[in-house]
Amino acid sequence: MKKLLILFLGILSIINVQTVLANDSTVVKTTLPVDDIKLPPGFKATIVAGKLGRARHLVVNTNGDIYVKLERLRNGKGIVRLRDTNGDGKADDSMYFGNYVGTGITIKNGYLYASSNSEVFRYKLNEKNEVANPDAPEKIITGLVDQRTHNSKSIVLDNDGNIYVNIGAPTNACQVQDRTKGSPGQEPCPILEKAGGIWQFKADGKNQSYGEGVRFATGLRNVVGLDWNGQTNSLFVMQHGRDQLSNLYPEMFNDQQSAELPAEEMFELKKGADCGWPYCYYDQQQNKKVLAPEYGGDGKQVGRCEGVTKPVVAFPGHLAPNGLLFYTGSLFPEKYKNGAFIAFHGSWNRAPLPQKGFFVAFVPFKDGKPSGEWEIFADNFAGMENISSPGQAEYRPCGLSQGPDGALYVSEDAKGTIWKITYKP
Amino acid sequence: MKKNVLPVIMFLFLAPVILHAQTKKPISPKPKAAPVSKAVMDRGKEVYLMNCLACHQADGSGVPNLNPHLVKTKWVLGSKTVLVEQILKGSQGKVEIDGETFNNAMPPLPQLTDQQIADVLTYVRNSFSNKASVVSAGEVKSIRAKIK
Repeated sequence: MKKLLILFLGILSIINVQTVLANDSTVVKTTLPVDDIKLPPGFKATIVAGKLGRARHLVVNTNGDIYVKLERLRNGKGIVRLRDTNGDGKADDSMYFGNYVGTGITIKNGYLYASSNSEVFRYKLNEKNEVANPDAPEKIITGLVDQRTHNSKSIVLDNDGNIYVNIGAPTNACQVQDRTKGSPGQEPCPILEKAGGIWQFKADGKNQSYGEGVRFATGLRNVVGLDWNGQTNSLFVMQHGRDQLSNLYPEMFNDQQSAELPAEEMFELKKGADCGWPYCYYDQQQNKKVLAPEYGGDGKQVGRCEGVTKPVVAFPGHLAPNGLLFYTGSLFPEKYKNGAFIAFHGSWNRAPLPQKGFFVAFVPFKDGKPSGEWEIFADNFAGMENISSPGQAEYRPCGLSQGPDGALYVSEDAKGTIWKITYKP
Repeated sequence: MKKNVLPVIMFLFLAPVILHAQTKKPISPKPKAAPVSKAVMDRGKEVYLMNCLACHQADGSGVPNLNPHLVKTKWVLGSKTVLVEQILKGSQGKVEIDGETFNNAMPPLPQLTDQQIADVLTYVRNSFSNKASVVSAGEVKSIRAKIK
């Protein structure tokens, strides 16, 4: 009988453990080895939090609180504030608020800003540097295009009271029928009136929509990563280039070319910039903007693309840059000061060639211009060498933020993991 | 007394587990599907590589949030009519599988022949851990006729 009792208790304890795991309302301590992430010598990555689900962008407040925007509600909420109360480097306290999913989140001048896929809200921070009324944000922007494809609204503020919102084009190349072989490009592309660009609004406005906003830049298919560069006092954005060149135009492009082209582009945007989509794409092998095949291009012709805004940095195709951060801290070596970190979500449209990305890249900057080649900074988020499909990737980097101590925080949205990257010489 | 009560309590605690495990057992064995010929699978794979792989990926795993996966889903294993219509008419995104949504548009592929559609669907329904009945060119033909 005693044996039976022990067996019974054993089974009960298994059931209990499962219940706890299934019911993880607080931060789950993950047992994944932290040295999975490959970094340059002296750098160290530690997991701050895990299993948050679709963790998109994040922002670290001056007091160390981490706010993460979720693209899937968790406990019915779309924002989580993480806090490390005992200083062991792991978040041990979490607070959920905001009843909407989304991507964008940032802090500026005493407010936390967060976006759904069609609106932007802000929350006043109180004297304790905490969100004063988590259930009563001000709605500052509303009614933005959300047709599911490319619907995330990343946000950033300048130093003059303006907020910038990307409104992605809900299509691949503005064809009459999206992603369909033989379907021509619409002329002019009607999408550009309300999407395919960056819009500027007042950071302290109320219920602003297109009528109150300014189309700051156009011809951008989809931007997820963006940041304000304090050195140049200008907006930098990362564009996701168009897909499927060989699929839609097999007579012009082979799979190898289609995997590498077009470039994923980093732009410095001046007001009124036109970056060319859908009429043009950037060929990083020819170093020029060329006419898209939907608009009569053959992979070489420039035509109307003469004069459209060129990228300041061009990356290989389809890597999906989802986060951009200009590093202003002093924790990292001098080389990184004022340079750009880019979180690459990882590709899907390189198939049948192996997928790439799933890393954080770095571009050194000097006097507001790139001063060297881009390089991989943090690697192996995929957890494997050869990856043929993005679903195989362990982690997919998405957001970046800088902590008050100069540490770099990285979020990813395959499982919902947050890393803190520090440096010790 | 104690000796008699304990097994009863144990049963009460474990009953849901035991009963749940039992309900998982198939009540009656499903009729075995006839093996699909290699020729059909090869032809289907060829159509898949040309038309489906870029989005649905070589292993049918799709792309999270964008392109639906094809592994044991209600779409792939379900109604042949829905599947054939999906190929002939395409979709404008928002496919839902087990609470996950997939947002990319799928182009219509009416240029594929009845035989090609039958082959590729048979291939998909019998690849990526799927096991389902074959789709015939005749079935595709009659579904296509109803759409027109």
